[in-house]
Amino acid sequence: MSMIFDVPLAVLSGQLLIGVINGAFYALLSLGLAVIFGLLKIINFAHGAMYMLGAMATVILFDVLGVNYWVALLLAPLLVGVVGVIIEYFLLRRIAGQDHIYSLLLTFGIALLIQGVLTNIYGVSGMRYSMPDLFKGGMNLGFMFLPYYRAWVIVIALLVCFGTWFMIEKTKLGAYLRAGTEDAQLMQGFGINVPLLVSLTYGFGVMLAAFAGVLAAPIYSVTPVMGSHILITVFAVVVIGGMGSIGGAIITGILMGVIEGLTKTFYPPASSAVIFLVMVVVLMFRPAGLFGKEA
Amino acid sequence: MSQSFNPADIQKAILEQQKIEDRKKMMLNGVLVLLLVAAPFVMYPVFLMKILCFALFAVAFNLLFGFTGLLSFGHAAFLATGGYTTGYLLSNFSGLTTEMGILAGTALATLLGLAFALLSIRRQGIYFAMVTLALAQLVFFFFVQSEFTGGEDGMHGIPRGHLFGLINLENNLNMYYFVLAVFLGCYLLVQRIVSSPYGQVLKSIKQNEPRAISLGYNVNRYKVLAFVISAALAGLAGSMKSVVFQLASLNDAHWHMSGEVILMTLVGGMGTLLGPVVGATFVVNVEYQLSQGALRDWVDPILGGIFILTVLAFRSGIVGEIQKFVKKNLG
Repeated sequence: MSMIFDVPLAVLSGQLLIGVINGAFYALLSLGLAVIFGLLKIINFAHGAMYMLGAMATVILFDVLGVNYWVALLLAPLLVGVVGVIIEYFLLRRIAGQDHIYSLLLTFGIALLIQGVLTNIYGVSGMRYSMPDLFKGGMNLGFMFLPYYRAWVIVIALLVCFGTWFMIEKTKLGAYLRAGTEDAQLMQGFGINVPLLVSLTYGFGVMLAAFAGVLAAPIYSVTPVMGSHILITVFAVVVIGGMGSIGGAIITGILMGVIEGLTKTFYPPASSAVIFLVMVVVLMFRPAGLFGKEA
Repeated sequence: MSQSFNPADIQKAILEQQKIEDRKKMMLNGVLVLLLVAAPFVMYPVFLMKILCFALFAVAFNLLFGFTGLLSFGHAAFLATGGYTTGYLLSNFSGLTTEMGILAGTALATLLGLAFALLSIRRQGIYFAMVTLALAQLVFFFFVQSEFTGGEDGMHGIPRGHLFGLINLENNLNMYYFVLAVFLGCYLLVQRIVSSPYGQVLKSIKQNEPRAISLGYNVNRYKVLAFVISAALAGLAGSMKSVVFQLASLNDAHWHMSGEVILMTLVGGMGTLLGPVVGATFVVNVEYQLSQGALRDWVDPILGGIFILTVLAFRSGIVGEIQKFVKKNLG
């Protein structure tokens, strides 16, 4: 068997694959954070809870109503998006004029509330969700075994990331969004319904998180606390990449996933900490982040 | 009617007014201290010590958040570093007296605070919160994987030992008065810091950082010092907590704890001296009462609800709202 640095190629490529998948999740989540940050100027601490809601909704919809994976892939993010719009309309909007620290604390409280309630109802042990039959099994690439579902996750996550980038950078709606990021007041003066745009933006941002949650349901253990851990990692990813650009968020996300996978291969004890260590190094040498343009 | 408005007279009147205010404050503080001294004869001392430790933690956090305007989401790291260090030293070196263990824990938390501060002040506002959260998570992973912490089980049976090698701290009353003395000392220290010229600069940074910079203040140095003092006091709170409960656990290092201290400060009233103390008392009591009753499993969501309610409706917190009320109706 071929070896690279004393590690079997199959092991290395397996970990790399897992790394790319984790990276795809980081990318989807940090993308949503960046979209929300752009217009609302807040960090959505409830983002992890929304990711968790997406996964939980997938499992519950299946258990209770027998909704299959493909429908859930659309329905769960939509439901969570509606929850997001409600949160924005009834809670975040009320303190829009205040210091941004308050909205950050508000979303933190929302996350505690949602996570706590669901923990009481469903407990913290993982719920099972079996993947659609279509994705069972995988193919042998010669140097490694590639499960179909994992390949699907990478492809669809990248497509959604690219679609979001395209929408924001190349469409009229995206132009409104970017204009709102620069100067919301001026845009309101041009007759654009900014409050509506803010609601929809928040809804769309949390939809991305929920979509990641649906993708995660068949491969990760689905629990009410699954969101809080990944969220902190995603924060580190955001600090590393900076939230200045959409493309930057995607690239940094995948890059960090790969680095994590490599660490797991060569020095497993550091794998959970490596992204945070990268963050420390980036802060020391490039404080604004890899793609940041903040002063 | 002619009245003379001699500037000197006005100044005198203001000073007089100030004196009366100060005397009122002194009396209020005196009553509170007396209550604290008498409290262990009415209530369970260990519970009171828990409140005092968390109150000190919140006072430390408030120095940074309430007075300097920096939201750290990683203060649990200092609490846990203080607690684990003190616990480890007192458990393994029987020659150490208790206060040496506590000082060592505080010192390590201070150093960690310096490291956090130097890294995190490179980013501002929301990024600052995220950086501190991520750094604290790094510390959390370290404690999870280190063997000396006992991992998920925590560190048990930390001996309380003797203060200065003389006073037996196994006695709850002795322990209580020690904790109370440390708490009052730190509270006075923070009060002194806040009213000093240095504290005024911190407040100006909170209100208008660019202006403070343009006035020639080296803002970053002020921020780092505030962060380090805050981390030191948080570490001290953790050290004392581990001695009081003879236990240090991962709970103290979890991001949840960082959130809780924010809640305490916010509920009590950020930017007020007494606020964090009131807030810590409130939160510890709510948690205790809930854990005794039928709502035992609902502590987290209820705390989340309190968080939301406070941010939406009572941003000034309990003490802040009372101050507002007094100013409006009695001033």
